Amino acid sequence: MKGYKEIIASYANVPGGIIEAYHAIQKEFSYLPEEAILEAAKVFNLPVSEAYGVATFYSMFSVKPRGKNVIRICESAPCHVAGAAEVVAALERELGICMGESTQDGLFALEFTECVGQCQATPVITINGKPYLNVSPAKIPEILAEYK
Amino acid sequence: MAEEMRIVLRNYGKIDPLKIDDYIAQGGYKALEKARSMDRETLIEEVKKSKLRGRGGAGFNCGQKWSFAYQAQADQKYVVCNADEGEPGTYKDRLIMENDPHTLIEGMAICAYAIGATKGYIYCRGEYPHLVGILNTAISQAKEKGFLKDFDIEVRSGAGAYVCGEETALIESIEGKRGEPRFKPPYPPSEGLWGKPTIVNNVETFANIPVIVEKGADWYASIGVPSYPGTKVFTLTGDINNKTFFEVPTNTTIRELIYKYGGGIPGGKKFKAVQIGGTSGAFIPEELLDTPVAFDNMAAIGATLGSGAVFVLDETRDIVDVVTRIAKFFEHESCGKCAPCREGTARMYEIMSKINSGKGTTKDIETISRLGRVMSCSCLCGLGQAAPAPVLTTIQHFKADYHAKLV
Repeated sequence: MKGYKEIIASYANVPGGIIEAYHAIQKEFSYLPEEAILEAAKVFNLPVSEAYGVATFYSMFSVKPRGKNVIRICESAPCHVAGAAEVVAALERELGICMGESTQDGLFALEFTECVGQCQATPVITINGKPYLNVSPAKIPEILAEYK
Repeated sequence: MAEEMRIVLRNYGKIDPLKIDDYIAQGGYKALEKARSMDRETLIEEVKKSKLRGRGGAGFNCGQKWSFAYQAQADQKYVVCNADEGEPGTYKDRLIMENDPHTLIEGMAICAYAIGATKGYIYCRGEYPHLVGILNTAISQAKEKGFLKDFDIEVRSGAGAYVCGEETALIESIEGKRGEPRFKPPYPPSEGLWGKPTIVNNVETFANIPVIVEKGADWYASIGVPSYPGTKVFTLTGDINNKTFFEVPTNTTIRELIYKYGGGIPGGKKFKAVQIGGTSGAFIPEELLDTPVAFDNMAAIGATLGSGAVFVLDETRDIVDVVTRIAKFFEHESCGKCAPCREGTARMYEIMSKINSGKGTTKDIETISRLGRVMSCSCLCGLGQAAPAPVLTTIQHFKADYHAKLV
């Protein structure tokens, strides 16, 4: 596992590179640890409030620890009418957690998202950015098994 | 009846997107060569004459925008591609980038030559991580073959903020800040990225450019509706048989989109409403379906063309519930910079939830209509200005559905 200092340093010379650095940190840690935000503020020469402001503005960044595999369920209108609510219920049941929570073993996090641009096959979920199309409650166990 | 016509998707399925030689074999990068043989003013004049208007939703004349950046004096200018397609129900830009990344790069390089820019950015939404690799491969191939000369393109990823589709919010995000829209003017062609003249165009807009340069402005201007010529890519979702995409000339009607291309409503059910242009679009009833999809024709019926998302609802759908869901979307996506949007979207969702749960009164409908009108003219950016459209147009066209839910 790469350290956050090393990751941030590699973006130090990229103008406006803090968002790219945050993406890279999340790839390793699944969230943005407080120390990493402090370090980013230092390296990009920003007040801590601004570095934190960027981290909390974007919905894909989390400043709280969360499960390693981030499951995001689209709840935009096309997925909403295609039955996203049943998929939400099935995921909550299967993982034993509610939306916005992570599993005890740290394996999964459950989040809502808005449209992920795969509307040819709704409802859609993504796991670590990989889309799963035409998802039904019956398909959930099989999809999750890939990450266990 | 208008037939499907592929301009921006001309190479879809015909080439391997990761092989530049496939693109070249289809005539790729010839337009860039031709553009560079023209003087800059003639080139911009040609784009202006084609009447190509921005495909991101605002519909501004593309060549005119370029001429502002061309005229601006600066030591550095930028070309930015808005690939932050966040409108729910839209995936046209993904199709272009996934299947033909070089057409975007060629379009950007032509723009760079026209305005005198040496640096470009593609701001790709965070939900499309797989595209970053495709785009970077295509950029390095074009660089290696010498097509890009001194023009560099960098890919940046968004991180899940709908508002970053607004061009000044997108610019803020490239600068590494919170994606909050700027006050305008100044507009980006005079002061954009890092305060320098910047052209921000949508993926679909850039994808049109090589073909316009190659075949000429007159050819392009003759396609579809004269005030908004060319084609538009539509993505069909909701209660529709063919949940897929089509590229059609702009004189195609909404009815043709739904019944000819979309194959109609599944299960023998009747049509109820269609929302066009994404989640901020108007809901359109049956009696307006013969409207051509072009920008001004849509505006004339109080609707928008927007991103080209086509979201169809059948007769069994609870339109008030769908609009409540949409109101939640805007409450979540409002960036909070201006009060009318930050407070307005929250109150709008609150009132819609009240009506949707059967606790609303006629007074609530009056209040939400007034709130919507105030937001459309007082919000800082397009997000807040357009957010009330689904509420206002459904109250206008589907009032009975609201009344059925009141106490």
